[in-house]
Amino acid sequence: MSQVVFDPGMLLAILPEISLVALGIILLFVELLLPRDRHNVLGWITSLGLLFTIGISLAIGRPSEEPRLLWGGMIRQDWLGFIFKMMILFSAAVTALLVMELEGLGWRGETYLLMLASTVGMCLMASAADLIMLYLAIETTSIPLYVLSGFLTGDDKSAEAGFKYLLFGAMVSAVMLYGFSLLYGFSGTTSVYELASLAYQNNLSALVLFGALMLVLVGFAFKISAVPLHFWAPDVYEGAPTPIAGFLSTASKAAGFAVLVRVLLTAFPVISPFWGAILAALATATMTLGNVLALTQKNIKRLLAYSSIAHAGYTLIGVVAISTLGVTSVIFYLVAYIITNLLAFGVVTTIGRVTGSDDLASYAGLNRRSPGLALILLVAMLSLAGMPPFAGFVVKFAIFASAVESNLIWLAVVGVLNSIVGLYYYLIVLKVVYLYRSEDENKPLPIPRSYTIALAVLAVGIVLIGTVFAPWFSLSNAAAASLF
Amino acid sequence: MQFPILSVIVFIPIITALIILMIPAERKEEVRVTALAAASFAVLLSIWVYFSYDVQAGGYQFLDKVNWLPSLGISYQVGVDGISAPLVLLTGIVMFTGVLISWNIDDRPREFFTFLFILATGVFGVFVSLDLFMLFFFYEIAVFPMFLLIALWGWKETREYAAMKLTLYLFIGSVISLVGALAMYFTAGLGTFDMLAMEQAGFSATFQRIWFPFVFFGFAVLGGIFPFHNWSPDGHVAAPTAVSMFHAGVLMKLGAFAALRVGIMLMPEGAKFHMPWIILLTLVNVVYGAFIAMVQSDFKYVIGFSSVSHMGLVLMGFATLNREGLLGAGIQMFSHGIMTALFFAVVGMVYDRAHTREIPRLGGFRRIMPWVAVAFIIGGLVSMGMPGFSGFIAEFPIFMGLWNSHPWVAVAAIISIVVTASYIMRVVGRVFFGQVPEEFEGHVGDVTALDKLALVVLSAILIGVGVYPSLMVPLVQSGVNNVLRLLGGV
Repeated sequence: MSQVVFDPGMLLAILPEISLVALGIILLFVELLLPRDRHNVLGWITSLGLLFTIGISLAIGRPSEEPRLLWGGMIRQDWLGFIFKMMILFSAAVTALLVMELEGLGWRGETYLLMLASTVGMCLMASAADLIMLYLAIETTSIPLYVLSGFLTGDDKSAEAGFKYLLFGAMVSAVMLYGFSLLYGFSGTTSVYELASLAYQNNLSALVLFGALMLVLVGFAFKISAVPLHFWAPDVYEGAPTPIAGFLSTASKAAGFAVLVRVLLTAFPVISPFWGAILAALATATMTLGNVLALTQKNIKRLLAYSSIAHAGYTLIGVVAISTLGVTSVIFYLVAYIITNLLAFGVVTTIGRVTGSDDLASYAGLNRRSPGLALILLVAMLSLAGMPPFAGFVVKFAIFASAVESNLIWLAVVGVLNSIVGLYYYLIVLKVVYLYRSEDENKPLPIPRSYTIALAVLAVGIVLIGTVFAPWFSLSNAAAASLF
Repeated sequence: MQFPILSVIVFIPIITALIILMIPAERKEEVRVTALAAASFAVLLSIWVYFSYDVQAGGYQFLDKVNWLPSLGISYQVGVDGISAPLVLLTGIVMFTGVLISWNIDDRPREFFTFLFILATGVFGVFVSLDLFMLFFFYEIAVFPMFLLIALWGWKETREYAAMKLTLYLFIGSVISLVGALAMYFTAGLGTFDMLAMEQAGFSATFQRIWFPFVFFGFAVLGGIFPFHNWSPDGHVAAPTAVSMFHAGVLMKLGAFAALRVGIMLMPEGAKFHMPWIILLTLVNVVYGAFIAMVQSDFKYVIGFSSVSHMGLVLMGFATLNREGLLGAGIQMFSHGIMTALFFAVVGMVYDRAHTREIPRLGGFRRIMPWVAVAFIIGGLVSMGMPGFSGFIAEFPIFMGLWNSHPWVAVAAIISIVVTASYIMRVVGRVFFGQVPEEFEGHVGDVTALDKLALVVLSAILIGVGVYPSLMVPLVQSGVNNVLRLLGGV
């Protein structure tokens, strides 16, 4: 391990993390000073603070063209990590806006603090280049999320969600750690970037490497909720407070993919045929299972949970392609997916807050009750289904293109067939919203201002990504190029 | 730079849709007027494009290109040739008349016109696109509003089933073609989705033979090819009038057109290899569709199956791969579009007033709504291919081409003309002539002035093209020349 020599650039590399910690400290003090009934101001502060973090990182914290290993090889400053950090921060900012009007959640400072802690972890995950750093980052991410999932202590479902998530998470984390330790034992290094060359020098057998990788993959698959480690997602999403479920399905999943892509492609290129085959099978199973099980869901949060499992499957196709276009499309896909899924969960939060129900049946008559909200849900659903002019279309196109480019036509076919199944249940949601009548359709459906802002920004973002996609694609491309 | 007229045509509907969304839901009259204004503007522009297309010069005109995603070679690229110019006009006309006929929709007209116009943008976009990615982009835009339009404003009995069936069928078709298109893109290795460049890619014969069926059938599903036609009568019947018009009139052409442009034009070798058996499928379309139409007791199903039969003729014309067949298919796309829009308008007008479409229960409507009866008879004559109407100009070349390439198929296909005559006569006789049943006496009235305007516009076009074919034949001919060039001068 190289000697740590301090230079100011190193601080810039972790600027988002520093800013987040500072924001957390500010929140602690503000909460003490605020009167009890003004606590949703904390949501505004968190959200604006996160946006400020994005702004300042874009202004002065951009990575240079040449990727650098910093802090003794703990983190790598490159465009891949940077783009993922921006996505994570954005997701957290939106979540803060959605959380703030929820009683029992948004009026307590702990919520925001836990969210920020988890966000710090995710940001570190995105740039971690060392197994130890990686493990710490993953734990920093997960532990606050366990708490947040079970935050509504009066609600049995929430408590169950938190506990389930914790138990599964802890078990998986132990398996993954075992994998890390094996990798260190065999290769003698914890650096992700040295692992490949050392393994090669030491003539490590592919089988050994593969075995250790399988253990590690367990942890990663859990994070991105890929089959067979997807089973926690529906229960946790259903029980957890809705914005938190949205946060889990976007930021946490993106961080998982950042790690997956980085570790697989830089540390294990030698055995890429092996893990490529495994991941192709996982992608197929994940897409199919997620979509098929989503068909029968009656609860919108469970439906979105299965849909998010399916989307992890689509995204995996890009990883399996093992090419620059593949990684580009993974990043591109995640950008679109995060915005779309946040919007979907945002609408669910808005409605659940008023009606107190997440059953699909309670969405009947929504178009007559609140045409604007119905339209926004339409945007989200069609984007998830992959319909133009929304973001979902062009990113799916990129993903399937990467599969065809790498001669994985069968995988592209599996993908498109799955998107047909997906279209079916997204259309069911729209049918309930637009066609069915309900007795409540004349009741008002108030939307707090923070929600309006969040939903409008996201909906516009979806259309923008779906129509003016060149800049987003180039950014993803730059990020993908920095990996290799 | 010249005025980007095609782009304006493409984006008028969607911009109007956004404007309509801003209007408060209860101000229904404003919504309708805005919709009509936009539709009139679009139809005027499409007429202008149609008549200012330079037939002598041929090729693609009104070109316009903007880079969309340069790193993958995706661009926004529009232009029309002799085949797509009539289809742009067709879309404009159907959109205009569709708005007229939907004037009385009272349940959420704002949403109705919004979705209808998004659909229109998708359709225009496909007809003018010269970029493969862009074609898919607009193709999908045209698919999803259909679901909501049918499910929300359709016929209560079957709308949920039909809407879902239709959407899934079309989506399956389009994604299958999408994989084929991606295979073409990477095999060509040109790094561009520009179809004009891909025409020159020189795909190997093996590649074309493997991929042609995927691409062709993926799109031809929307053209209603047997055995994937099943969605279409159900969809047509369940849809509200304007949507049936759009659907049978324009959307089915979208499928046929894309099958031609992407399937036949980019993979001519594959087309030559597979067409001999595909032509048999289209024969089933033509004859079987006509027979099924004959035994329907529901007025709208008669028209629905007649569309299957007539679209079969279009695809059959393509399948001949010769000059006459392609020419006839090109004209048939336009002629059938207007004709079937007229038919569905008539059915809608009868149903709205009689509240039934059971042919045995109807009768004597000639006396109640004479304009409608005349319009239906005109449409019927077109559909039988009578000289003096556009149907003749379209069907005669198709049969000529067929005779040249597959005489026996031609003999079999001509049976359909007799069958068509019989089901049209039956409807005319049972619905419009005879006694008015007592249940309709008194309370079933005539159609509105706007309805009459729509009927007159559609009928006039059918007769106009029929008596003065030079309005359309040279134009389509120039488009066909381009296809023949790619086919290697068959």
